[in-house]
Amino acid sequence: MSKYWHVFNIGIQNTLVYRVNFLFRATFGLVPLLATLYLWRAIYASNPDNPQVAGYTLAAMTSYYLVTTIVDALTAVTEDDWQIAADIRDGRISQFLLKPMDYLTYRLCLFGAGRIVYATAALLPVGLFVALQHQHLIGPPDAGYFAAFALSTLLTALLQFLLSYTMALLAFWLLEISTFVFILFAFEYIAGGHLFPLDILPAGVLAVLQFTPFPYQLYFPVSIYLGRVQGAELAQGLVLQAAWVLIAYALARWVWTRGIKHYSAAGG
Amino acid sequence: MNTPAACSPPPSDAAGRSPAAWRRLRHHAAVYAVLCRNSLVREMSFKVNFTLWIVVELLWFALQLAFVAVIYQHTERIATWSRWEVVLLVGASHFIQQVFTALFLTNCVQLSDHIRTGRLDFFLLLPVNTRFLLSVRQVDLGAFVNAASAVVVMGYAAVRLELEPGPAQLAGFGLLCAAGVLIHYALMFMLTTVSFWTVQAQGIVWGYYNLFNVARVPDAAFRPGAFKVVFTFVLPMLLVANVPTKLLADKLGSPLEILLLVALAGVCFGVSVRVWRFAVRHYTSASS
Repeated sequence: MSKYWHVFNIGIQNTLVYRVNFLFRATFGLVPLLATLYLWRAIYASNPDNPQVAGYTLAAMTSYYLVTTIVDALTAVTEDDWQIAADIRDGRISQFLLKPMDYLTYRLCLFGAGRIVYATAALLPVGLFVALQHQHLIGPPDAGYFAAFALSTLLTALLQFLLSYTMALLAFWLLEISTFVFILFAFEYIAGGHLFPLDILPAGVLAVLQFTPFPYQLYFPVSIYLGRVQGAELAQGLVLQAAWVLIAYALARWVWTRGIKHYSAAGG
Repeated sequence: MNTPAACSPPPSDAAGRSPAAWRRLRHHAAVYAVLCRNSLVREMSFKVNFTLWIVVELLWFALQLAFVAVIYQHTERIATWSRWEVVLLVGASHFIQQVFTALFLTNCVQLSDHIRTGRLDFFLLLPVNTRFLLSVRQVDLGAFVNAASAVVVMGYAAVRLELEPGPAQLAGFGLLCAAGVLIHYALMFMLTTVSFWTVQAQGIVWGYYNLFNVARVPDAAFRPGAFKVVFTFVLPMLLVANVPTKLLADKLGSPLEILLLVALAGVCFGVSVRVWRFAVRHYTSASS
């Protein structure tokens, strides 16, 4: 166990190098967010006799995007998939086949370290931004919801990581995986709830999306925070989210085993 | 390319301005033709990858259109903008962005690599305008395909809006789009010249990508304030796609908006030339 603790520490130190980069990234990311918030404000202002859009007040809609930004800072995979693919392509994973170290756990430690450094760097700009919007920010219904939100965010991080990890393992078979990563990212972006809360979609579309892992990659924790899923639905959602994490884990292990058989240790 | 005269620096004013300028133009056109051919050969050696990148861009474009479709399920208008007007705007924004990508983006991104590795020395020595060569060296042909998809979407939106633009309107739209491309190019090039000092400019490039998202929001959605002022006059993202779209959809508040876009394109380009010259003067080369 302690060896992974060292990996985690090294990960923190390595990513600290990029702290200014992260700060810029988080700050620039607020520009489109602000544009989206203005867009929604204009929509609410254009329909003065209807204060709700699909059950969202302007405050709830604004909070949706703010909480999305926070969850995203805590859980999004940024560099890990490129690094994994590069490790495979350049033959650097050979050493992990010899050492008593599990590559998935190793990457998970680095991912966790990276997220902690990123979230810390993003704390200043995002915190400032949220503070400026505070009159529109609504809190979770009670502490129980906040606990469920925290748990769900953790599961989201695991799911994000495992799916990106599996995607990056395609590098065992393909030289160039960036197009596939961007295609998956496009689906995550719309079906995960980055662009808009999924329950403003027609009910039929939402029902279909519930059968994919995408809503559990962002939308689900945010809707717990906003109190939009409750009681049995909440418990069921958490179980389903955990199930997706397990499925993604099994898939990652299986693809790894297949990939290793195919691996030619190029350059290593 | 073959005539020695074309390679020597053009004689200055004494020889008369226009023939020299004409020769320079022909020289650069010939260089550009060769660069285009090179790009085509390079792209065709990775055909699957080439096609997949087009698919990726199409997907992201479809995603923006889906966002518009979903929003208009819940409202009739965003400020003064109807559904198909916004589709026209998203199309125009994508068109401008893709033309910019086709001509300039890859080259702007590569600039920091050239500086870091010292390869810039080599470009400075070539008998052609360095900035020209660095800006247009690689043409991203896939982006033209995506620009065409944006034209199709704009065409459909125009039909739904029952627009019948005359030739003058279409020409004006084309010119304003060119001004928009020029703004994107000037700003991006200026931002990447920062890598003369910081070595790494990826954060900046990524940051600029975020600004594209502002360009496809209807300007009327923004109430007067700091955000609107900054993104109209300093980083004119709210003009780049909005003004050409408004010209096409007969939505222009006043012809001053056209003037503003064209003037700011000129200003951005002028400033970027200044910044570039300043940066090159301070270039100390690397690894040589």
